[in-house]
Amino acid sequence: MDWKQLWGILSAPDNVPIVAMIPLLAFYIYLAWKQAHANDKLIAELEANPAQAKTHHRKTWPFRPGWQKEVHVWPFLLRVEFLAAIIVTIILMVWSITLNAPLEEPANPNLTMNPAKAPWYFLGLQEMLVYFDPWIAGVVMPTLIIMGLMVIPYIDTNPLGGGYYTWKQRKFAISTFLFGFVILWVSMIFIGTFIRGPGWQWFWPGQTWDHNRLIYEVNRDLPDIFGITSNLWKGIFGALVVGGYFVIGGLIVNGLFRRSNPKDYKRMSLLQYSIMMTFFLIMVALPIKMLIRLLFHIKYVWITPWFNV
Amino acid sequence: MPEENKANGNNGKSAGLLTRVTTGVKEDLDALKTDLPAKAKEQIEILSKPTKTQLFTSIFRHKHDETPRNRALGVLSNVFLHLHPAKINRDAVRYSYTWGMGGITFYLFFVLTLTGVLLMFYYHPSKVQAFRDVLYLEHDVPYGKLLRNMHRWAAHLMVIAVELHMFRVFLTGSYKKPREFNWTVGVILLVLTLLLSFTGYLLPDDQLGFWAVTVGTNMARATPLLGHEGPFGAQLGMTPYNDVRFGLLGGSIVDANALLRSYIWHCIGIPIIASVFMIVHFWRVRKDGGISGPAPVVLDSEVKEAKK
Repeated sequence: MDWKQLWGILSAPDNVPIVAMIPLLAFYIYLAWKQAHANDKLIAELEANPAQAKTHHRKTWPFRPGWQKEVHVWPFLLRVEFLAAIIVTIILMVWSITLNAPLEEPANPNLTMNPAKAPWYFLGLQEMLVYFDPWIAGVVMPTLIIMGLMVIPYIDTNPLGGGYYTWKQRKFAISTFLFGFVILWVSMIFIGTFIRGPGWQWFWPGQTWDHNRLIYEVNRDLPDIFGITSNLWKGIFGALVVGGYFVIGGLIVNGLFRRSNPKDYKRMSLLQYSIMMTFFLIMVALPIKMLIRLLFHIKYVWITPWFNV
Repeated sequence: MPEENKANGNNGKSAGLLTRVTTGVKEDLDALKTDLPAKAKEQIEILSKPTKTQLFTSIFRHKHDETPRNRALGVLSNVFLHLHPAKINRDAVRYSYTWGMGGITFYLFFVLTLTGVLLMFYYHPSKVQAFRDVLYLEHDVPYGKLLRNMHRWAAHLMVIAVELHMFRVFLTGSYKKPREFNWTVGVILLVLTLLLSFTGYLLPDDQLGFWAVTVGTNMARATPLLGHEGPFGAQLGMTPYNDVRFGLLGGSIVDANALLRSYIWHCIGIPIIASVFMIVHFWRVRKDGGISGPAPVVLDSEVKEAKK
């Protein structure tokens, strides 16, 4: 266990934000879960007791008739905002006094940094470069992430759960988002920050970075395993596999979705449904591609003269 | 006598003027003796109630006592505060619901603008000067190191705050009707935040920034159709000297032009674009009915299905 190495990575000034973000994220997931749990309990109570549902104020916080439903922004909200500004300022001051912003040697195009890492919030994308060609990992995937986020309000037809935390009313939406945000985005950033060392090789936390380490890994392409040698057939085979993933995967997800969310399935238009399917399948394709690389050493699935997937 | 009179005619006249002046001054002094204390007393009375002065009432147009009307006016008649409604849902001030992340993001943008402008006084976006300016800031400018540290950490904190804000908005379903469009504006602001941070990364012109930006912009080579290493790029005539990466960097390598471009995007271009989107974002929060909750829970049995 190389504690010095581990500390070096953990305390690198630019890594501190991601070190800070992980407990913050854990705290806020807990805070959200606590409220969702309380709301779900209330919802179950009210569903079971229609008479109570008619009179209840529908929140988990206390409320009595006669209490004002609204409060003045001045001072009740403004004091919170003012306090938040002060606290953030103090945190920022202490952080800025105790920790210096990194400054390396002057830029030198002839001296490559190894590992050359992007800022921490882009390390998820950089980590994707291991599994995909740059045109997918660096261009198509970021574009799809942005577009996928933007279409969320237009494909989520579930009218429940607007304005309060809940899990039971929005299981599919929340689990998908948690998967995309926490599992894919944050944990890939985590890997990119703490696991990847020189040559973008995998170094467990505490393992000494060995700049001379070589890994003898033979990555194969999927068509090679099936003994396909001609370029034409490689292209056709790959298209079939990728197309097959979307058709078969789509059928599986469709089967699961219409059984677990019959109401949403009924509510969604064809366009909404197909957009959701496309983004969902592309998102799931990312860990699948990671797994077939890590488990079977498969580099490309689809090889054409112009691009490889 | 007439001669004398004649000779003293002017004298007599001036003697008359002198008397008039002295009596006038005497009168004025007498008046002042009584008026000044009176006026001073009056003045003290006015100043003892500063909120009644013309100066004060011209700036603050209403009273500040704790009446509901004046509490509402305190927000509504202030250009900075009137972003808020006068009253909000009693539970909306609970920290546990909003986590305050949207506001903190905006506050950090404000801090970044302030520290950023101060940094601009000491920084030249040129290959010769940039790195030296950072050294100068760190070692010679009073509080320069603190300034740079604050700018850097506020930027990182802003990325975290934006992501947590988006997370909260998703978990509370706040993007649902009628707030769909504001969510997409928010996604654009997320992208702009990341771009702001990324363009700032190159500016110290050190190894860290240089290689991060080199790695980052190398991806643009692989842009489908528009990059010279991307799918169908070569077929469309893309070379390192005319593709999208060349446009981003103002050259085929990360050099002086790239530094200038990222400086201008960082300090002028993206802040202006982001400000426009922020204006829309905040305005839409109000127009879409204020913050989304905490709203009363809705039961599954109460949902009315829209007829198709």
